[in-house]
Formats: sequence, structure tokens, C-alpha cells
Amino acid sequence: MEVFSHDILIVGGGGAGLRAAIEIAKSNPSLKTAVVSKVYPMRSHTVAAEGGCAAVLKEDDSYDLHAYDTIKGSDYLADQDAVEAFVRDATREVIQVERWGCPWNREDNGRIAVRWFGGMSKKRTLHAADKTGFHLLHALFQTSLKYDVIKRYDEWFASALLVDDGKIGGLLAYDIRRGEFHILTAKAIILCTGGVGRIFYFSSNAGIKTGDGAAMAYRAGAPIKDMEFIQFHPSGLIKTGILITEAARGEGGYLFNNKGERFMEKYAPTKMELAPRDIVSRSIIQEIRAGRGFDGTYGSYIHLDLRHLGEAKIEEKLPMVRELCIDFAGMDPVHEPIAIRPTMHYTMGGVHTDKDGKTPIDGLYAAGEGGCVSIHGGNRLGSNSLAEIMVFGARAGKSAADYAAKTKPASTDKLKSLAKQEMDRIEKRYIKTNNGKERIGAILSDLRKTMDEKVGIYRKEGELSEAVQAVRKLKERFNNIRLTQQSKVFNTELLNAMELDNMLDVAEVVALGALNRKESRGGHAREDYPNRDDANFLHHSLAYQTPQGPRMEKLPVTITKWKPEERKY
Amino acid sequence: MAEQITLTIYRYNPDKDTEYKQQTFTIPYHKDWSVLDALNHIKAEVDGSLSYRWSCRMAICGSCGMMVNGTPRLTCSTYLNEFYPKEITLEPLANFPIVRDLVVDLTDFMGKLKSVKPWIIRENKKDDEDTSKEYLQTPSEMDKYYQQSLCINCTLCYAACPAYGLHPDFLGPAVIALTYRYNNDSRDQGILERRKVVAAENGVWKCPVVGDCTEVCPKHVDPSAAIQRTKVNSAVGWFFSRLQGKK
Repeated sequence: MEVFSHDILIVGGGGAGLRAAIEIAKSNPSLKTAVVSKVYPMRSHTVAAEGGCAAVLKEDDSYDLHAYDTIKGSDYLADQDAVEAFVRDATREVIQVERWGCPWNREDNGRIAVRWFGGMSKKRTLHAADKTGFHLLHALFQTSLKYDVIKRYDEWFASALLVDDGKIGGLLAYDIRRGEFHILTAKAIILCTGGVGRIFYFSSNAGIKTGDGAAMAYRAGAPIKDMEFIQFHPSGLIKTGILITEAARGEGGYLFNNKGERFMEKYAPTKMELAPRDIVSRSIIQEIRAGRGFDGTYGSYIHLDLRHLGEAKIEEKLPMVRELCIDFAGMDPVHEPIAIRPTMHYTMGGVHTDKDGKTPIDGLYAAGEGGCVSIHGGNRLGSNSLAEIMVFGARAGKSAADYAAKTKPASTDKLKSLAKQEMDRIEKRYIKTNNGKERIGAILSDLRKTMDEKVGIYRKEGELSEAVQAVRKLKERFNNIRLTQQSKVFNTELLNAMELDNMLDVAEVVALGALNRKESRGGHAREDYPNRDDANFLHHSLAYQTPQGPRMEKLPVTITKWKPEERKY
Repeated sequence: MAEQITLTIYRYNPDKDTEYKQQTFTIPYHKDWSVLDALNHIKAEVDGSLSYRWSCRMAICGSCGMMVNGTPRLTCSTYLNEFYPKEITLEPLANFPIVRDLVVDLTDFMGKLKSVKPWIIRENKKDDEDTSKEYLQTPSEMDKYYQQSLCINCTLCYAACPAYGLHPDFLGPAVIALTYRYNNDSRDQGILERRKVVAAENGVWKCPVVGDCTEVCPKHVDPSAAIQRTKVNSAVGWFFSRLQGKK
């Protein structure tokens, strides 16, 4: 085991991580900064974001309007001071990334173009066709290459935070290529590891979305927040859950049931198809339950119809939708309606931070989907997440840089002893499991099935208790795993075992948080408690790890000037 | 008995193997499974030691490229039904060193990517800081580079490129296409800096114009055209720089 010294480590090389790295390199180039990512940065899941990135850019828009839309969209669980900071910074960030080469779509006069998105009261979603995340990620990654001070550990997996006396000292990381564990020291660490989508089977998320940062922070003693709030996106392709962007509706696409009705007029007469995602997803389930869905080999679905937009507009504004339909559903949306149903899409919760990305552990920061500021509260508006990763990546980078510049590193001896304890745990838990019998593939498959069936769009007491118990059983089974090999080089089986361990820890908090929240708010819909209950539940949920399982605490929501009101569209 | 399909997969584990070997897996055939679905089935149910890269399974992250019956393909968007009932052979991407099983070493590619300075270069360094207003760029200006901005770095074109196979120092299709992307962006002023790399010995002139790169590109980036246009621009640029007495 070797020791590599740094001032700041960023875990995760997606949009938030790269934006943080660039911010540090620009603001204090004397800091030794490195990005630790389990995949090459351009493979990160930011790459799959499609529809766009929200910011106040046009003359008819205002920060207050963007803030209000975001807060109403969050079902009043967003912290309003954080949202106010977010909407202001977002404008600067979308122009900053334009200066770094992002090919935003343009108007004829050369200005950046915007489109409609769900829950937004103005056109304010910038976009690069419907490959916005792809273009943003590559622009950020390629720009980061300009800074030689940003070192990278590509295909290294961060396995544990090393916390000395309440302060960050570094992390233990697994070099996947060589199969070795090493100590990376740091005065500050920024977790930019994304959400935990893979605990669900029917999900738009990539295989790498295993909640690593949330689990790592949780095990190190930091609270994770609002994990019960999971976003289901209305339009997943029926076989795979692959995302068809909300921009398809933003550009004018319709949703139809089997009676040929644009059913959204019953549920959100003003916004119709462009109501926020939680509402559209529930409406689709209601239609299917009432027998107004279509039935097929892969279950029930409804139609997303783009045919009236015409081939030229689809090619110009939604080329990826067309590619995805052809490659992954074997149909062409120019000629046929798309069969869709809601797919797990986004983790609103994450590592608890303030609006500068700071967590309660000194030196630990988080940003992006893996963090929870919270600006999304109970439900994120489409196109706010790409803005978020840049805004809070930059803010966390700046505050981590300020902190690291005035902080002394932890003692190397202490870190070595912490790393040894962690290494012993890893050996015992994952590697020397000769008597184990359980296959990790089977545990993962059971976890995803449990979450889909019992912690889905509509939730209720009995199923949620069963889910908590089921996840706890899976955790017991995990204590009895057996890997089929001990080899070192690119052992993805060991990697997958560590990821699954992370997923189980986070899934337990998701299910327990959902069980405890006896109300319906945003993406959390309880059939047994169908209304929002501000008297008892206008608060965030914090989960701390204890040997007995998660300990849940409440945290008040910050309200500045938008009092909670009924949420109608 | 349910229908089955056979996959022959190249295996290599440097911890114990001295050479590559083939392993055959016969698994249930599902007509709507991708090759990647089949690999994930094998890893979860049959042999956990098999190593390969994948992530998004929607043809945008660029991780899962392999040689499928001898052709570089993204396995997430290549389906078993294209081959069934024939067998499928999977090998790691050609022309790259092999790390293990279907995982290849991308170190060389990542170095080349950086070498062409794939970022907006401005004569005035302060331009980067000024976020008070956006640069203007009309849709027709954007059209000049947009196609080459669609590269997902999957490196299928390197596996298809005979020149890269013969001369590993060749910059290669994707990286030259990326150079073209920045050089033709109206916001960029770095063409001369990049020309030092793309017009040098291991740049565009090593390309024999076979066109296989364009053939295998899953995103229609057309690196071959980018390379040929860069050749013309480099030659013309060189000629004019001589006329003006510059080096």
C-alpha cells in the first residue's frame, strides 16, 4: 500500500466533479488536486442527460420566477436560500461553459436558444439538441485537460473516507487496473459520485450509479438527507427504462391513453404534458390502473406521440430520441407513437450539505446528484440538475479550496493505521469469504426487485415495512457472499461487491425514510397518506448510521419568501 | 428446450495466463437481448470472473466497444438477433494492448486526446473569465463543426484503423476529428497551435484514406472526412504561411 499526497480530492469525474476541479485549478493553482473516478470521466452518467439545462437568460425571465418554479416544483421542501443562490449562479455557469465550448443550440441571430420544460413558467432550458449532458460533460472534461495541476486517477474506486478526529484526512482507493489499494491523502474531499439509481431495476440510470459517495459519507458519520425522494421520469422506453427526454414534450409531444385522449388535461389542465415529472408519472399510473393503458410483452404503457412535429423538427431538436427509439425499441417516432412508462430517474436526496457544499464533517464536501443542498426538495424540475452540477460543483470547489489552503494535513501514521483497519474490513468482508455461498448477482437482483415492487411511485405502509425488512435480510445475505475469484487485475467482481454493499446501505435508508414520512409530497406518494402534511412533515429527513441501523432526525426547511401553498398546475 | 445461443469469448487474465484463450458460453437466447445483456447474464449467472467495461447501456458513454465477429461495435446496441442462430465471437478491441479479457488499455488514446489541446483557445486569455455575455454563434457557424463534436470516445475507429494498427504513434481518427471540431469552431483561435501536432509526422499524413473509421463510427462523426479536410487545410495553411514569410 502506497501513500499519494494531495490537498484536495474530488471523487467522481462527472459534471459536478470536473466543474469543481476546474474551479480549484483556476482559483488556487498551488493546491494539489486530483479527480478519483471509477470510470474514465467522459463515461460518467452526466453524459446521458438529454433535454437541457435551466438558467435565467432571456429578457422576459427573472431569478424570482426561476426560484419560485423550482420551489413549487419541490413541493416546498427546497431550502429557499439555496435556491436563490442557485438561480443566480446558474446564469453565470451556462455562459461560462459556453466559453468553454459547449455547443448550445442557437437562434438565427447567434444567441443561445431556450426551450420549454416541465414546471417552468418561462422558456429557460438551454440545450445542445437532446444530447445536452453529453456536450456539457465533454466540454468540461476537455477543458479540464488544459489544467496540468488536475491529476487524475482514472478507474480508481474510492472505498472509504479516512476521518481523523472528526476531520478528513484522505481516502482508501482501489486501483481497478492493478487490483491494489492505496492511501490518497487530502485535506478536503468533494464527493461528486451521483445518485443511487441502480437499486431499482426499471431505471434510466447507468450501471455505475450505485450511491458510492452517499454510502461512504454515511459510514464515515455524515448524515444523508431526504433519501426517500426518488424521481420517476414519465417517459422510459418500455423494455429497458432508457430515458426519452422531457424535451420531447417540451417541443410539443403529446401523451395519449388507449382511448386516444390527451389525459393530462384531467390532472394538470394548465400545464398539460409539461407538468412536473412526479405529477405526470402518477397520472400515467392512474390511467394504466383505470384500464386506459396499452398492454404488451413488457407490461402496460401509454403513448408519447411526436408524429405531428414532423421529421425535420425531430431531427433538429430531438435526434437522440429518434436514435434511441430505433436502436433500443425498434421503432421510428417519426412514424409511430413511442410506448413509454415511468422509469426511476433521479435521487433527490444525498449527502447533507449547506449551499457551499459543506457537510458536517470538517473537510468533507459534496455536490451534484450525490449531494443534497437541497434545491430540489421533494421533486426536481427537469433541466435543473445540469445547472446544479455546475453551480454547486463550482461552489463546493471554491469552498474546499479556501478550507484546504488554511488547513494542516492529517498525520500520515494516523492515516496508515486508519487505512489498515479499513483494509482488514475489506479483506474480511469481500475477499476472504471462502465459506460464503451467496452470489452477488442474486442479491443485487433481489434488491432491485424489492425496490421496484415496494418503494415505487405509489407507496404504502405494509409494503414499505416489508421493503425495510427485505433489505435488512439482503444485508444479512451479503455477510455470506462468495466471490468466484481472487485475481487482481481488473477484477470487476470485487468492484461490484463493494458497489452492492454501498447500494444496500443506501437502499435501507430510502425504504426507511419512505416508511417514516407519513404524507405525500413531491416524488414521495403515499396511498395511505395522500395529502401533504406541512404541520408534521415540512422538514428534511437526516439519516445517521448506527450499529442498529439508520437513526433518523428532522431538519427544518429554510423558507425565505415563498410560503407553502397548494401545488396545482 | 428453449432456444440457445453460443458466445465464444476471448479470455486473458495476466495474473495467471501466459496467453489468450477462448471460452465458450451457451446461454438462453432472447431475441431482444443486446450482446451486452448476454455478457451481463454470463457475469451474474455463469462466470463472475469475466471482465468487460459497460455503463450507460444507451450508446452514449462509449464504454462497451468490442470486436463482435471481427467488427468493432458498441455491444449495448448490437443485438443477438442479428447473428442468431449463428455463434458470436467477442474479442477485445483490436489494435489496443489488452488489460484483461475484453478490457483494453486506453492510456495511449487518452494521451493523444490531450495532445491536440481539445479546448477553446483564445489569443486573449482573459476571454475565458468573462461571463458577462455569451459569444454569438449562428446555427450555420455551428454546422461547420457540430458533426465532429458528437464523438463519444468509444475508440471503435482506432480498432478499425489499419494505419493505427501499423503505426501506434498515429494520432488516429477520433483525435484528429476532435481537432477539426475545435479548429472549425468560430469561438476558437487555436488552429496554429494544433497544426503543430496534426500536421506533424504522426498526424493526418499517416492516414491512408481507407475510410473504415467512418464506417464503424456509431455516431456518424465521419473522422475520415475530417482528416482529409485537415490535410487540405494544413497544406494550404503551410503554403500561405510561407508566402507571408512565417514558419
